[in-house]
Amino acid sequence: MLAYAVRRLFGAIPTIFVIIAISFFMIRLAPGGPFSLERPLPANIMRNLEAIYHLDKPLMVQFWIYLQNLVQGNLGPSMVYRDLSVAEIIGSGLPVSIQFGGAAILLALVVGGVLGSYAALKQNQMSDYSVMAIAMVGITIPNFVMAPLLQLILGVELGWLPVGGWGEGAFRNKVLPVIALALPQVAVVARLTRGSMIEVLRTNPIRTARAKGLPERIVIGRHALRAALLPVVSYLGPAAAALLTGSVVIETIFGVPGVGRLFVQGALNRDYTLVMGTVILIACFIVIFNLLVDLIYGVLDPKVRYD
Amino acid sequence: MKYETLHRMWRLGAIAVGASMTLSAFAVQAEVVFHRGNTGEPETLDPHRTSTTYEAHILHDLLEGLVVHAADGSLAPGAAESWEISEDGLQYVFKIRDDARWSNGDPVTAEDFAFSLQRILTPDTGAKYANILYPIRDAEKINNGEVPADQLGVAALDEKTLQITLEAPTPFFLELLTHQTGLPVHKGQVEAHGDDFVQPENYVSNGAYKLEEVVPQAHIKSVRNEFHWDKDNIQVDTVFYYPTEDRAAALRRFQAGEIHVNNDVPQDQVRWMRENIADEFKASPRLGTYYYALDMRDPDLADARVRQALSMAIDREFLVEEITGAGQVPAYSFVPPGTNNYDEPAIADYAKLSMIDREEEAIALLTDAGFGPDNPLELEIRYNTSENHKQVALAIADMWAPLGVEVKLLNTDVATHYGYLRDKGEFQVARAGWIGDYNDPQNFLFMVESDNAGFNYANYNSAEYDALMDQAAATIDLDERAKILRQAEELFMADLPFIPIYHYVNLELVSEKVEGWEQNLQGRHLTRYVKLEQ
Repeated sequence: MLAYAVRRLFGAIPTIFVIIAISFFMIRLAPGGPFSLERPLPANIMRNLEAIYHLDKPLMVQFWIYLQNLVQGNLGPSMVYRDLSVAEIIGSGLPVSIQFGGAAILLALVVGGVLGSYAALKQNQMSDYSVMAIAMVGITIPNFVMAPLLQLILGVELGWLPVGGWGEGAFRNKVLPVIALALPQVAVVARLTRGSMIEVLRTNPIRTARAKGLPERIVIGRHALRAALLPVVSYLGPAAAALLTGSVVIETIFGVPGVGRLFVQGALNRDYTLVMGTVILIACFIVIFNLLVDLIYGVLDPKVRYD
Repeated sequence: MKYETLHRMWRLGAIAVGASMTLSAFAVQAEVVFHRGNTGEPETLDPHRTSTTYEAHILHDLLEGLVVHAADGSLAPGAAESWEISEDGLQYVFKIRDDARWSNGDPVTAEDFAFSLQRILTPDTGAKYANILYPIRDAEKINNGEVPADQLGVAALDEKTLQITLEAPTPFFLELLTHQTGLPVHKGQVEAHGDDFVQPENYVSNGAYKLEEVVPQAHIKSVRNEFHWDKDNIQVDTVFYYPTEDRAAALRRFQAGEIHVNNDVPQDQVRWMRENIADEFKASPRLGTYYYALDMRDPDLADARVRQALSMAIDREFLVEEITGAGQVPAYSFVPPGTNNYDEPAIADYAKLSMIDREEEAIALLTDAGFGPDNPLELEIRYNTSENHKQVALAIADMWAPLGVEVKLLNTDVATHYGYLRDKGEFQVARAGWIGDYNDPQNFLFMVESDNAGFNYANYNSAEYDALMDQAAATIDLDERAKILRQAEELFMADLPFIPIYHYVNLELVSEKVEGWEQNLQGRHLTRYVKLEQ
């Protein structure tokens, strides 16, 4: 299994290189640059800035410089946030996003898993319908509606929780953003779990387990749930990569200092190095989480083997 | 003196000190914390690299220039307590306060300022706004890398006396120095730490506050500078600045009492704020103009009659009341009313006419120019993507329709929009806005000088206009200069390279607990003037 994981990781290097190359040249195709502001700069000042960031050199030379730095682990300086390097910006935001994303995934898995299983066991009963109706609502209400609603009700009207802000990372400042981030995921996980659970409950292994007279608790908890979680895991792999690298909407609305905004802001500001840094980050996360999904499959499904 | 007496005195002294310490401990009040919503994430806290207003708000709390803005936006002494200007307007001698100190206790010296001005003009610094200081002798050459920085027309005559020599008389030079580019940096810290002098652990400041903590995308925290010369009159101990990019979320935070002020509001909720928090929603005139640039290279728009007709037909009153709706002022001149060193701006004469008369006259002008039902004028309006710009463009397209003008709209993101204009791409009508960097009509009228490659989107090229601007630049007498600039603006309004649409307003949320937050043209608010009701 370890050999398989290592092989996969090495296999990903060319993929990531292609991603880097394509993004590097694509972002340059967009008109404007990091220094074309609403207030245009005089030509001589533009020259000074372009010289500092090597933007005056041919594009291939710039790419070569970028790769050389990258190999040494240097993501370069941000062209817009000039006090910080790209590594520093990502380094300050990533732990926050991982915390928020991690909490949201956990919440989605536990709450969604329990609700979904419950609905599956009560299939076509009132409680099944109500859980699924709520899940449907959770999926359809976009987070840019849900987040302000949560702020208005729990923050402004009831005053239970802070509306926004980071507040030195206090727990109470994290509650609303994590809920807003987790809700749609809870809903998706609940629906996926319910669907696959219903299927699994009709399979021969479960019938056998029941025939052997195993208590329902063990039939569901040990046998059915394990198999039923497979589609959830394949969904959560890419979803986790997305959640852990932050959410633009949630971070902007709640003022959470994560990495989600960086990519969008970087692209809008034409902060070339920051865009590249976030692209590499997201690409790595996706590669890693796809690998994790495959590894977890091996644990959950005895039919999967790594050779 | 006998030992015993000495000993007794020492004991008395100790008791006195102890007593006063106990008293002062009782006198200590709760920390006053001010929460400032501040529109965006600052790109840098290096005053020489900054370019945005939200950086300016933080930097003016941390650092103090030679001159500053008072609470009402007027010019006031800052680190310099006084100054003298030579008769030819070329030499400024500043006397720096004896009690001006950095947050580490060092005295603020003339050398600090000389070093700072040299630093911002050094090409390697990559200062976006270095050109604000080009009036200083040899500044532009230094910034172009033609001569070394130590040739700059700045000299520390002694520890507390700074002399600045200009290239040409610049009546608004003091106003220029209130811009954040005129702020000083601590020479020793910059030399010791290089670019890292901006990190909180290295940041030494001479303003009313010093930098305590930076959490990117979350907040910046600064605390009182115990060495500031005016510290006894300052009430707020700690300031938090939040990048409130989402204006609607900022309003909710304001309602929940989490922020005391925010320097922008959600435009679509102006009506709601007027009805529900009227006392805390402040709209006041701002030094800026929203306008449409007309590309004068375009064969149709090269005709002045066409440009005039287009401007006449815009119902600005309708736009500011029904579309923007937050107290914006209809613009019939390019320079905003109330600008310093100026009389009344050159208001277009059709401002007084009714819309019906204006429309008639506009149709007549277009007919003269050869356009009509058989040969309609076709125009494309470019704007940077935003709901507000779109609404304005749609309304204007509607207002032009009766003239037989057929309008298409094209929107692109902001970098693309300005990148295209800057690269001199061909267009017809393009939305743009300008917020003055300093309070002087020159800061508006210079935009369409023929050699202003960056701002002259219209590609306006008038020798007469350039001559007037040159003449104004060489005139020392302010009244005389105002007259010449006024002539230039009259020419501007006749030729109309830009159609002024409305003058901007400062839109702010200010809690009733906040005192000393006076509305001013620049939207400049130093925390040291603020008093918070406890």
